[in-house]
Amino acid sequence: MNAVEAGGLWKYYGDYPALRDIRFGVEPGQCLALLGRNGAGKTTLLRVMAGLTAAQRGELKVFGRPVRDGQARASIGVLGHGIGVYEELSAFENLRLFGSLYGVKDAAGTARAWLDRVSLGNVGDSLVREFSRGMRQRLAVARAFLHEPPLLLLDEPFTSLDDRSIALLQAVLAESLKRGATVILSTHQLREAMELATHVLLLDRGKLTFHGPRPAEMLADPTWLYRRHGEA
Amino acid sequence: MFLRQVWTVCAKDLRSELRTKEALNSSLAFALTILLLFSFAFDPGADQIQEISGGLLWMSYAFAGALILNRSFARELFNDCLDALIFSPVPGAALFLGKALASFVLLLIVELACLPVFGIFYNVAWADRFGWHLFVLVLASWGLTVVGTMFSALTVNLRMRELMLPMLLYPMMIPALMSAMHLTTVLMSGQAIGGDHWIWVRLLIGIDIIFTALAVALVEVVLVG
Repeated sequence: MNAVEAGGLWKYYGDYPALRDIRFGVEPGQCLALLGRNGAGKTTLLRVMAGLTAAQRGELKVFGRPVRDGQARASIGVLGHGIGVYEELSAFENLRLFGSLYGVKDAAGTARAWLDRVSLGNVGDSLVREFSRGMRQRLAVARAFLHEPPLLLLDEPFTSLDDRSIALLQAVLAESLKRGATVILSTHQLREAMELATHVLLLDRGKLTFHGPRPAEMLADPTWLYRRHGEA
Repeated sequence: MFLRQVWTVCAKDLRSELRTKEALNSSLAFALTILLLFSFAFDPGADQIQEISGGLLWMSYAFAGALILNRSFARELFNDCLDALIFSPVPGAALFLGKALASFVLLLIVELACLPVFGIFYNVAWADRFGWHLFVLVLASWGLTVVGTMFSALTVNLRMRELMLPMLLYPMMIPALMSAMHLTTVLMSGQAIGGDHWIWVRLLIGIDIIFTALAVALVEVVLVG
């Protein structure tokens, strides 16, 4: 069973088709890099996969279930543009809240463990509004990973992260891949993405123009795929 | 599991609100200001006051309630927290009921705080039938909260949401507000609820059940599309 199975997805914003008949499958354990220029449909596709918005046509299954199914969503961890944590709650309260919503058995214990993991253990009871940008980013990483999801959806995960957060994200991503999690990430930072990606999916104005194992040529020249299959 | 999720969302909203008191303070201040201003317009000793007491009180509650209900989903916009809730495994119905319950508690706090102030400003014996007042408050406030929370979800991404919510909410709430105004007027005039008044109670119960069922059924479509 594929971790993600997209069958003929169409998504319109008004009359504009942001996704046009997107069909692909992602096997468990793969790391898929979603590539494409700005406006190609990467974020829209990730939002459809996360169940944040519905495709007008086609269906998307996560581990064989419709994406809005509770069990399907429990198996997804999402790190998007927004950090998705509450300013007026403490770091611990935020992680305990999401642990509880995701049905983590010992939500409080898991929250404490992740606070230590992201080096926020000593400020765990402080309100997030008192945190620096880097601290918030690390908390967002903990929020996305604390239920150990078998599928991770990451939208531009390395953009505007500080060095410490990048190192942390790379470490937890590597660990997730090691335990067999499936990772789908959209990014413009091709070099970082190619180090992780086992597969590549290229979008061009909402159309899928390439999907397959990462071409070896992309390690030396990350823009190779754009020249070959996408707009130059 | 469902009830736990409802409670988790409700507790989160209440904890956030009690820390910032943004909606609670503004709503309470607004309700008290309206009651104060109305008190200048009417003679506190007049019999006329008892006849319009229900209307005065519920107009204040409805205006002040919109401030609480506007914040219900708007508070989730910062840091894209609404997205984090929608992609979590919490069913839309649990998310909605949790948020509605939190708004309901906040609205009740404002209403209960306003009741004695209303009694003082307008010289009305509100405490004689407090149990019945509470009964009407709970029934009418739940209807107001359910519809308001639904429209809060619907308008959350609109720039003019502060204006849109009351414009959508008040026309929908006319039957519930009419019932609440009538029943409150009856109680403020010292009468008991009985006989013909029960039709208004039944109307409130019907509104609560219908709007709750509709909201729970439709919220997933409203949130995700």
